[in-house]
Amino acid sequence: MPTIAVDKAALYKELGQEYTTEEFDELCFEFGIELDEDTSQSTKPEDQAQPAQLKIEIPANRYDMLCFEGIAMNLKVFLEKQKLPKWTVTAPKNSKMQVLNIKVETAQIRPLCSGVILRNIEFTQERYDSFIALQDKLHANLARQRTLVSIGTHDLDTIKGPFSYEALPPEQIEFVPLNQTKKMNGKELMEFYDKDKHLGRFLHIIRDSPVYPVIYDANRTVLSLPPIINGDHSKITLKTKNVFVEITALDKTKVEIVCQMLVAMFAGYAEAIEAIHINSPHNNETRQSPDLSPREMQAEVDYLNQVTGLDLSPEDISKLLSKMGHDVTPSSADKNILDVSVPITRADILHQADIMEDYAIAYGFNKLPRVYPNKTAAVSAPLPINKLADIIRVESAASGWTEVLPLILCSHEENFEWLNRKDDGKTAIKLANPKTAEYQLVRTSLLPGLLKTINSNKHHSVPMKIFEVSDVGFIDMEQERKSRNERHFAAAIMGKTSGFEQVHGLLDRLMLMLRSLFLTREDGLKNDKLEGYWIEEVDDPTFLQGHAAAIKLNLGGKNHTIGVFGILHPSVLQKFELPYPVSTVEFNLEVFM
Amino acid sequence: MPGTRGPVPVPLETQNRNLTQDILDLLDTKETLQTNEDFPAIPQAEIKAALDRLASRSMVEYKSINSDKVVLTSESEGIVENGSHEFKVWKAVKEAGKVSIKELPTIVGAQTASVGMGNGYKNKWIKKDGDSIVLLVTEEPKDTTREMLQGIQETQSVSDAKLLAELKKKKLATVTKVITYTVTKGPKYSKEMPVEHTDLTAEMLTSGAWETANFKPYNFAALGANQNAGALHPLNKVRQEFRNIFFSQGFVEMPTGHFVDTGFWNFDALFVPQQHPARDMQDTFFVSDPPKADKPRLDPANEATMDRMESGSKRLFATVESEKREKKPRDFEKYWNDVKKVHQEGAFGSIGYRYQYQEDESLRLVLRTHTTAVSTWALHRLAEDPRPARYFSIDRVFRNETVDATHLAEFHQIEGVIADFGLTLGGLQRFLEDFFRNMGIENLRFKPAYNPYTEPSMEIFGFHKGLKRWLEIGNSGMFRPEMLEPMGLPRDMRVYGFGLSLERPTMMKYGVSNIRELLGHKVDLNWIREQPAVRFDKD
Repeated sequence: MPTIAVDKAALYKELGQEYTTEEFDELCFEFGIELDEDTSQSTKPEDQAQPAQLKIEIPANRYDMLCFEGIAMNLKVFLEKQKLPKWTVTAPKNSKMQVLNIKVETAQIRPLCSGVILRNIEFTQERYDSFIALQDKLHANLARQRTLVSIGTHDLDTIKGPFSYEALPPEQIEFVPLNQTKKMNGKELMEFYDKDKHLGRFLHIIRDSPVYPVIYDANRTVLSLPPIINGDHSKITLKTKNVFVEITALDKTKVEIVCQMLVAMFAGYAEAIEAIHINSPHNNETRQSPDLSPREMQAEVDYLNQVTGLDLSPEDISKLLSKMGHDVTPSSADKNILDVSVPITRADILHQADIMEDYAIAYGFNKLPRVYPNKTAAVSAPLPINKLADIIRVESAASGWTEVLPLILCSHEENFEWLNRKDDGKTAIKLANPKTAEYQLVRTSLLPGLLKTINSNKHHSVPMKIFEVSDVGFIDMEQERKSRNERHFAAAIMGKTSGFEQVHGLLDRLMLMLRSLFLTREDGLKNDKLEGYWIEEVDDPTFLQGHAAAIKLNLGGKNHTIGVFGILHPSVLQKFELPYPVSTVEFNLEVFM
Repeated sequence: MPGTRGPVPVPLETQNRNLTQDILDLLDTKETLQTNEDFPAIPQAEIKAALDRLASRSMVEYKSINSDKVVLTSESEGIVENGSHEFKVWKAVKEAGKVSIKELPTIVGAQTASVGMGNGYKNKWIKKDGDSIVLLVTEEPKDTTREMLQGIQETQSVSDAKLLAELKKKKLATVTKVITYTVTKGPKYSKEMPVEHTDLTAEMLTSGAWETANFKPYNFAALGANQNAGALHPLNKVRQEFRNIFFSQGFVEMPTGHFVDTGFWNFDALFVPQQHPARDMQDTFFVSDPPKADKPRLDPANEATMDRMESGSKRLFATVESEKREKKPRDFEKYWNDVKKVHQEGAFGSIGYRYQYQEDESLRLVLRTHTTAVSTWALHRLAEDPRPARYFSIDRVFRNETVDATHLAEFHQIEGVIADFGLTLGGLQRFLEDFFRNMGIENLRFKPAYNPYTEPSMEIFGFHKGLKRWLEIGNSGMFRPEMLEPMGLPRDMRVYGFGLSLERPTMMKYGVSNIRELLGHKVDLNWIREQPAVRFDKD
């Protein structure tokens, strides 16, 4: 969630009222934003040195509250101190509408462009800073770090239309980037900004493309190289009167939202919002921009009242919804319908469910009638595998073993090499983008976690007896998700002696609890129908030779090998840095389902 | 020695001597002992142990005496041995007849030269003669400093407080506290240590020896024997408490047995747009191998599990109508297409997000970022026969987070879902009030919030009595029509969803401030063992 810092005194002045921190916190809470910090209560010297700020967390879908202007406006509307403004475009006074021509080549890299002109804007330092900061916030959030949308703003009086949005090979684009003095071409620019802390992270969006997007004016002055940087020539300053905004994008919906947000937030400082004509015949995007008309939709009174548990009249609902910026009139045709004009600021409204939520917020979430309709009778049931796991957990603890909960993710070597196991490439689920080597794959065995737990508990007295009942994961190409979990049980003991008979004894105990008889190998092999378990020596490189046994189980007329136990091979101990002998047991619980 | 039972003598062997016996022996010949005089070589702690042992059996009585002892430093011990500094200087001058001041330190040492020269002048034993020293007294003078220190060494005391302070200042003596004991016979004194029984044994019962046996006194101040107990993990103890709350409310536990899920189930079906930040590489673990999922389809194993769990409810609540109601088989192809449509173009009364939806993105495999992916699956299944239902799960979820005190790449999500007709938002608040009251949290407040798949969305705040402030304790809401209607659920069926992490309330309950001390391999085994049982109703 974005956090926006606003000047406290300026905001309270806008709201026409002083608030204590608690009162303002309460207002935010009711509206659905969150007061993170009031810096006047901070003890940090850097906070005390500045005028007090309110740091406010904004929900990720409220693009209309990403700057001071938006927060003040929405709160004033909520407090019924003003109506939400209506934004309209006006025709240019003495001249023809500005034109932006989009060339077909742009389809290769960044096909969409929109724009608007703000006439006779009055910047102050605060407004100017807020204008720049809003663009940064939109770039970071809605525009997904400029990949989907990027904004360029220019002093219209330094450039001359018609404008042209093109895509050209980087070597052919030459200009002086913003706040630089040297002219460079597209390729040089990439090198120049490669190490730049701020801009460096956006270069990848176009770097390897054969053509770069670029906007020229009638004199072939470069306005910008979206989504990286503007030209220095047309930069806006505090003195700028007429602002030309261009917005390039991959996403048609978002390009309009961004344009609408900039207009809604800053048109208040300008004399007029002037549309531009966009020529884009190759993709049927020829139009006038921006479209500032509210979106007309309908909401059902029944629905709004039923879900909120309220019973207000269409008129009362309309009044409450205007606190959220909606212009609502009960439909003349149908008593159950409200005609809702959704303002351009409310891009988050998709469905009447959103209107319903605004109704509940305007009414007050915490004033809603808290009545639980006692209609549902239900019968609970535990997940069978969890019930089985709980039996094993409780019996293991009752046998004197301590339950641990290591992580599911581990490194490749912990899961394979350190256990002397080989990765056949068909077993373990591997991760594409872990932040650290600790998390390379989903464990296929509980052993790495147990051994790491012992390692971190070396200060503990021996013998150490621990267990875990949890899931491991495997690739399984038969499944929709190409993988499956398997519930395993595992235990480990570290002591001065191997503890082999301890893990063996625990196995026997758990089998007894699972109604599994101890069989001789001969009997078990001879007759599949004879239910029970036995163990037989197995050669497994995880364990000391001659000290490992496979756990065999006859169940449901089938013979299964469900796991293995034994004394860990000294090389395994060395890898996990364990000072004493360790024995482990691990088996699959799913067969007992 | 564990397992030792029956009579055992109780000697206290120290430096190969039986100190308790020595004390008893000496008391036989002497009415009162002074430990500092009678056992000067034995350290005080050992004396005390022996005396306590005897006193606890009323064989002796003792009083402790605290006193100060003056001890010479190594410098003053040197003086006692070899004479004072001034004496050494006198002697050196006597032997040489005349000593240059410059050379004096090389003859007697620097310290002796500087101290001894000054005192020598003061005592009028020597005098300066130009750059050298010559004798004033030729007969060997009386070394009073040495004699004084000798006296202190013998008596270990200094009667003149002023002198003592001066000696301490000159670092010639230090004072230490000493504890000595005055020992007399006790009421049960005897010359021999009696044979004692540490415990009542079966043999003593048989022989009747218990009647006359002399039992070793029991130490009531000590803890009992360590149980070497096994233990369940505290996080799982809290988990069980939550499961019990869910079971008491008629919830069915969902099959969460797959860490890997698809972009479709984890995000798209939940109406999370494909460019949502949660789908970033920064936030979600993507799976590189296996490379790609299949499109959604029936999942026979989990279907069977759900059928089995819901059979109780079916048996109990079946009516003539419900038996007649026809099941509407799920159409996965339609679901797939409707989800795409509601994102891309809008549908079901929604204008949608209006962007280019990528089917490949739906088939990407991820480590589930929430168990809501499983709730989605369960709700889609419910559309076959829409009826009131309550589902829950508590299982592991994964976030590609940078690990710190409050964030791990893995944690447990508690999730509850209630589907019914005509549910209201206030009803969810009421339900949550009851749910959290079971954990001892009352007075909930709800904050409007944003979540792509719920509308309305409410953050749940509870007043923590211990911390005396409002804490965010969970999230909740009603699932969006854009999520439910593509499943084929009827428009008037509404679904509550709520969730919280298992770790947060557990950390509050057990006072843990770092999540790494709770989950993962770094957790201390002793900590696991020592955490009390969870009683939500009691604490």
